[in-house]
Amino acid sequence: MTRLSNLDLAIAALLVVLLALSARRVYPGLARQLLIAAARTAIQLTLIGLVLKTLFAHVSLLWVSLLAVLMLAMAGYEVMARQHRRFCGGWGYGIGVVSMFISSFAIALFALVVVVGHDPWYQPQYAIPLLGMLLGNTMSSIALALDRLTQSAWEQRDMIEARLALGQSASEALSGIRQQVFRSGLIPIINAMAAAGVVSLPGMMTGQILAGAAPVEAVKYQIMIMFLITGGAGFGTLAAVHLAVRRLFDERERLRLDRLHR
Amino acid sequence: MFDVNGLRCRDRPALTFSLQAGELVCLSGPSGSGKTQLLRALADLDLSEGEVKLGGVSREALPAVQWRRRVAFLPAESRWWAASVGEHFAALDRQQLGCLGLDAEAGNWCIERLSSGEKQRLALLRLLAGRPEVLLLDEPTANLDAANIEKVETLIAQYLQTTAAACLWVSHDRQQRERLGARCLRMTADGGLLP
Repeated sequence: MTRLSNLDLAIAALLVVLLALSARRVYPGLARQLLIAAARTAIQLTLIGLVLKTLFAHVSLLWVSLLAVLMLAMAGYEVMARQHRRFCGGWGYGIGVVSMFISSFAIALFALVVVVGHDPWYQPQYAIPLLGMLLGNTMSSIALALDRLTQSAWEQRDMIEARLALGQSASEALSGIRQQVFRSGLIPIINAMAAAGVVSLPGMMTGQILAGAAPVEAVKYQIMIMFLITGGAGFGTLAAVHLAVRRLFDERERLRLDRLHR
Repeated sequence: MFDVNGLRCRDRPALTFSLQAGELVCLSGPSGSGKTQLLRALADLDLSEGEVKLGGVSREALPAVQWRRRVAFLPAESRWWAASVGEHFAALDRQQLGCLGLDAEAGNWCIERLSSGEKQRLALLRLLAGRPEVLLLDEPTANLDAANIEKVETLIAQYLQTTAAACLWVSHDRQQRERLGARCLRMTADGGLLP
C-alpha cells in the first residue's frame, strides 16, 4: 500500500477547514462543532493507532478486555451526549451502556469464537476492529432511537396521556411512537445494506482492498460484518428502547417525563 | 361510592370528599387552583398521596389500566391518534351520536376535518363507550353552542341515571351549575376545598 505522508493528511484536513470557514458566518456553532470533531478524529485515531501497535505486540486477553471496556464506556458517553432530553441520573448513561454491552459484546464474542475462529479468539487484530465497528454502528442506532423516543414522548405527552386516560396500557399508548423509533434506529443500517456495492463500497472492504487483499475475500468479510452490525444495532436498539420505555412509565403506568432532563 | 380521603398532589392541601352512586357534582374554582390536577390525580395519571376508593376498593388494589377504565378522565382538549373517528372506538353507539346531534356516519369522518365542537362531543362519546363508573369531566362543554351544551347535559344525566355512575364536572359557568342542579365543590386559590 502507498504510504501517506503528513502532508497528504494536511491536504485532506484543509478541506474540513475550508468547509468550516465557509459555514462560519451562517452556522457559527456548527463550524466550531465541525472543527472540534475533526480534531478529535485526528487525536483519537493517532492514539488508538499507538495503542493497537502495542497491543498487537503483546497479545493478552487482559489488555484486549481493558480496551474493550474503555471503548464501551466512551460509546456510552457518546450516546448520552447525543440526547436532547436524556434520562436523569445514572439512567441517561446506563441504558446505552447496558444495551450496547448485551448486543455488541455478545455478537463480537460470537463472531470471534464461532465465525472467525482464530486461535486465540481474542487476537487483537480481529477482536478490536470487529468490536469497534459493532460498537460504532450500535451506538449510532441507539442514540438515534433514544433521542427520537424521548423527544416524541415529550412532544406528544398529551396524546399519550389521553390514551392512558381511556384505559390503554403504556405500550398501547406508545405503539405508534415505538414503530417510528425503531425505524429511525434501524434505517441507517438498512440503507447501508441496500446501497452496499451499488452506490457505496463499505469502508472495511475498501480498506482490505487498498491493503492488497483479493476483492472476493474482502467482500466475504464485508458481508459478515454487515450482518453482524445489523444484528448488533438491531438488538441493541430493541434493548435500549425496551429499557427506556420502562423508565418512561412507572409501576402505575403513568407517563413520567419528570425523569427526563428539560 | 367514590371516596377520596386525604388526597394530596404535590404541595397542595389534602382533599377529602365523596360522590354517591348516580350523583353529579360540580367542581369550580379560580384558574390555577388545581381542578385539572385533581382530576388527573383521581385518574392516577399524576403522582399523589392519600386514599381513593371506588366501591370500597382502593386504587392500589386494581391495575392502573383497569382503574382508568372505571374512573375515566376527559381532558379539556381531546387528542386523536388515528386518521378517522371510527378507529378510536371499539363500537360507535349510533343512538348516542344522534343524542349529541352528530351524523350516524360520523365514524367515517376524518379527524383533520372535525370542528373543535365535534371533537369535544366525540371525545365524550369515546369516553362513555368504555362504560366508566366515575366520570371526571374537565369543562366538557367549553367549545359548544347553547343547543349542544344542553344535549351534552342531557346525555350525561341519562348516562348517570341508567348506569348509576358518579360524575365530577369542572364548570366555570354559574348558570350551567344551576341548570345541572348539582352539589358544588368549590376550590380555593391555594387548592383547598371550601366547606
